[in-house]
Amino acid sequence: MPRAVIAGCRAKAVASHGQTAATSTRRAWSASRSEARSGLLFVAPYLIVFTVLLIYPLFSGIWLSLHKADLFGGSQFIGAQNYARLFRDPVFLTAVRNTLYFVLLTVPPLTLIGLGLALALNNRSRWSTLLRGLFFSSSVLSVTIVTLIWRMVLIPDGGLIANLLTAIGRSPVAFLSDAHLALPAIAMTTIWWCIGLPMMLFLAALQQVPQDLYEAATLDNAGWWRTLASVTLPSIRRTALVVVIIELILQFQLFGQAQIMTLGGPNNASLPMVLFIYQVGFQRWDIGYAAAASEILFGIILVAAMTQYFAARGREPR
Amino acid sequence: MTARTASAAAGAGRHRALPALLAVASLAMAAPLLWTLLLSLKPNGELLRSTRSAFSPPYTLQNYTDILGHSAVFAWLLNSTIVSLAVTLGVLALSSLAGYGFARLRFPGRGVIFIVVLFGLAIPEQSVIIARHQMFSALNLHNTYRGLIFPGLAAPFGVFLMTQYFRATPQELEEAAALDGASRFKIFWRILLPLSLPAQATLGIFTFLSTWNDYWWPLISATDSDMYTLTVGVASSQMNFAQTNGLGFLMAQAVFASVPILIVYVIFQRYIVAGVSRAAA
Repeated sequence: MPRAVIAGCRAKAVASHGQTAATSTRRAWSASRSEARSGLLFVAPYLIVFTVLLIYPLFSGIWLSLHKADLFGGSQFIGAQNYARLFRDPVFLTAVRNTLYFVLLTVPPLTLIGLGLALALNNRSRWSTLLRGLFFSSSVLSVTIVTLIWRMVLIPDGGLIANLLTAIGRSPVAFLSDAHLALPAIAMTTIWWCIGLPMMLFLAALQQVPQDLYEAATLDNAGWWRTLASVTLPSIRRTALVVVIIELILQFQLFGQAQIMTLGGPNNASLPMVLFIYQVGFQRWDIGYAAAASEILFGIILVAAMTQYFAARGREPR
Repeated sequence: MTARTASAAAGAGRHRALPALLAVASLAMAAPLLWTLLLSLKPNGELLRSTRSAFSPPYTLQNYTDILGHSAVFAWLLNSTIVSLAVTLGVLALSSLAGYGFARLRFPGRGVIFIVVLFGLAIPEQSVIIARHQMFSALNLHNTYRGLIFPGLAAPFGVFLMTQYFRATPQELEEAAALDGASRFKIFWRILLPLSLPAQATLGIFTFLSTWNDYWWPLISATDSDMYTLTVGVASSQMNFAQTNGLGFLMAQAVFASVPILIVYVIFQRYIVAGVSRAAA
């Protein structure tokens, strides 16, 4: 009700020229209109790019997933058939299983090792600074350099591990061409590559833990494990959740390591979902089908991202 | 007693087993890097007989001088530099403008639009890459710098970061400037932008690193070897890895390709740490 009155006043004020009260209202009004105009001008450049390069391809991808489409522009509406086909496609189901297995192989170790490193390196000594740099350094390398390094570690013919095994009298292992070892080997490479981020996130969280809690624990003669269990871990609970979810999202998107190190082989044993999408979409050019697979991945990641959003919000009232 | 307080101040204190575990982890971390470095310092022929020779001298810089004669690597390096710098500058400009708009100016639909942009954070590359690839084919943008640069500009993270940053800056300065009759853009350019330099540095370094290391989009967009970025180029040269007889050369290439980004990392380490800490808090 009061809002309607004000609006009515403004309409009247704008209508009647010359009055002092009216001019001041008008100035405020035109100021807010110019604010609106410049506000839109400030956000417009980004919004154009955002709409054209992210929102449009997102919806056009969903649209594509309902079509039988190929590279040459041929396209036919087939409804949800691509999705139905996916759930009957043994290769896709293998890719889903592999992705889940890979997530299981990487996320818990990344979280636990990251936490362990953060606990060990949470001090100002020169060694700790150096080692923090070492553990994070691999994270800035590109996937192609990391895979190049690790293929030369894993290769049975003269790799680092093969050399070590021969030195202790064992025979070399062909990690990447063994169906049972290919994905674990890619997981090991990935942990080496990605360990820096969880470590840094945990370090940042540890520095937020109030020192008086530790002092109280010391006064109570609490041992290391007891302090860890009743002071440290409860204080960094939320960060642990954030780390798990970030890593879930990242590792669900496994692509480059598998594409370069094994091509998904042997016999699809290390084929993850994203590589499936790549092979279907950009090597077999079955674009609609690849789009459908990518929408399923999108759904999974969206759920994880939403969980992260609410987990991060939950920490605000501290 | 003083020793105890000191250890409490260092955090959760230290467990006796930690240094040993740390030593093992550090060794596992450093070994692949050292192995690569050693291999890169060995002649290819010698490695072909046995890679064990990498553990003992003599070492040579031959592989590195060979890279200097191998011009493709430099072309890729140049491509990566151009693309990463352009994306970084573009993201900084777009994100700062939009961040200021969202944080400070009232316009119709602001709340809803901002939520839509936030939602963009949850869109993974895989779900747009196919449609985007078709769009860029239709526009003839593949195998061009524009084709490599444009997709990076749409990432919503920067807008989110800059909006948060501008919201946290005190408003008094702007109000004073507005009373002096300064225009919105002038206020933004003269007052807020200089204040936001730390955030710009963090956003800039993360954008630069992720563009430099991006693999999938350049892999499908830059199919012409002249347009390869360093990341794709290094992938292409290891395709027939098992048959290669230039292991030392390949490893020298890995080291050579790591050097620019490691230098960037060392210089901007402070901002990387600040950015990660902000993500955690």
